[in-house]
Amino acid sequence: MLDRPTTIAPDILEVSAVRKIYQASNGPVEALRGVNLTIRKGEFVCLLGASGCGKSTLLRIVAGFEKATEGSVTMYGFPVDKPGPDRGMVFQDYALFPWLTVRDNIGFGPKHRRVASKVVDELTDKFMAMVGLTAFADRYPHQLSGGMKQRVAIARVLSNDTDVLLMDEPFGALDALTRSKLQEELVEIWRTTGLTVIFVTHSVEEAVMLADRVIVMSAGPGRIDCEIEVDLPRPRDVASPEFNVLRREVTQKLTSHIAGSRGVAADS
Amino acid sequence: MDDTSNRVQLAPAAETPVPAAGKRGQGVQRARTVALALIVPVCLLVIWDVMVRWTGTRLVPSPAGVAIMMWDFAFGGIYDDAYSASLPIHFWKSVQRVYGGFLCAAAIGIPLGLMIGRMPLLRKLLDPTLSLLRPIPVTAWLPLSMIFFGLGPRAAIFLVFLGAFFPILLNTVFGVRSVDIRLFEAAEMLGCSGAQQFRSVVLPAALPSIFNGLRLGAGFAWILIVVGEMTGVPEGLGAVIMDGRTLSRTDLVITGMIIIGITGFLSDRILLMLSNYFLRWSPQHHA
Repeated sequence: MLDRPTTIAPDILEVSAVRKIYQASNGPVEALRGVNLTIRKGEFVCLLGASGCGKSTLLRIVAGFEKATEGSVTMYGFPVDKPGPDRGMVFQDYALFPWLTVRDNIGFGPKHRRVASKVVDELTDKFMAMVGLTAFADRYPHQLSGGMKQRVAIARVLSNDTDVLLMDEPFGALDALTRSKLQEELVEIWRTTGLTVIFVTHSVEEAVMLADRVIVMSAGPGRIDCEIEVDLPRPRDVASPEFNVLRREVTQKLTSHIAGSRGVAADS
Repeated sequence: MDDTSNRVQLAPAAETPVPAAGKRGQGVQRARTVALALIVPVCLLVIWDVMVRWTGTRLVPSPAGVAIMMWDFAFGGIYDDAYSASLPIHFWKSVQRVYGGFLCAAAIGIPLGLMIGRMPLLRKLLDPTLSLLRPIPVTAWLPLSMIFFGLGPRAAIFLVFLGAFFPILLNTVFGVRSVDIRLFEAAEMLGCSGAQQFRSVVLPAALPSIFNGLRLGAGFAWILIVVGEMTGVPEGLGAVIMDGRTLSRTDLVITGMIIIGITGFLSDRILLMLSNYFLRWSPQHHA
């Protein structure tokens, strides 16, 4: 059984009535309005939407990099007001520390939380092995391929004992083969570690491939359009009829409001 | 998860062993580099020699004359005057002053630059004043520095400090301000925040710029030592050049110039080696 039961799990993260207004040079821009979202522990949630629907903004508010103009985000009931190790972020552009080796990048979090250096080494070795980079321990980021860099970024967050893994289009810059390999590995990591994952993507296929629940967002202002439970067994087969039924359903939900409001086709 | 062979294939560039040039191949490369670097100086020497012979001037010594002077300056035994075999003492005095002023400039410029780059309040407080002081030529400080520090080496050290300070400070500020904001976000979400970030993110990320500043600053330091030592200092390469001028001994002047040139070059090489070591993680700075 590859799937973990998530329906009985307690809530870990609560986004309530979040509104976000940016002050742009040509006046205020409403990026998010009335966003409510509850994430259960151990759940794999994808935020899906076209560019400009505020999905990345929502993730950055959950991460604590930005503050909501109205509304609140709470984790285990405590308000989120700044970034913290409990919510580890994986960026699209990796954001590895270029002056640190693979090993030191992965050990960065524990080291700065004053974990004993022996334990840091153990953690580093463990997660380096988990993402398959043990042989590259002493490489610097510029010596790695994009896929390897993103593995380091994932391991860096895992070694820091994070509760929620926040991923902002993490595989967007990778080629198709590397992307599907990393998707597989991510699901495997998620399954074995019991992490909660919030994954931002604009690809319908990626969302249906990965998520327990797909949150479809729409733009102008950014808001949650609908939610779709994906109860396909894992590992999921992109070519299976069930997968394609769901993919079509999600694509339809995604494009309906775009076509209605703007007359452009969604990029899936 | 256990399929490592696939993973290796993801990075063929990283996996392919660099075709190691043989020891002999490397030697040839090195000799070629040195030979190329020597062409222009040798040509200049030849032109210099020809011009001196051709014009028959007695104001400028020939390269051979300067070479004899240099030998005497370093080891003595030819002219046996006040400058024979005095190179070590003059050299040592100048090196002390250059590095004294330079290290002071680095010790103040780097931390201050890191803070100015990272703290908007401090930047607003200091930036206007620094921008006002920066265009003043360091040599213009000479009279004041002689009043502050008297006739002597301390005025020279002060000038060296001023000359090295601004390039180090400004490059550090620039380095800090051009750090990718993502790196601060990454550090923060990993639990490294506030003052910890100075050591763990700001300093290493700004290091390429800081080394640029240090190399520029060291260059200015060697320029200013001569100005600094031209007044009321008995020993030092700048003092030797000044004495040479007063005594109309152009061979001594040129000797001092060449020694400062070589020393400045070597000191830059040392900084470059340090820079290559500390920036070995950076592909574009590993020259």
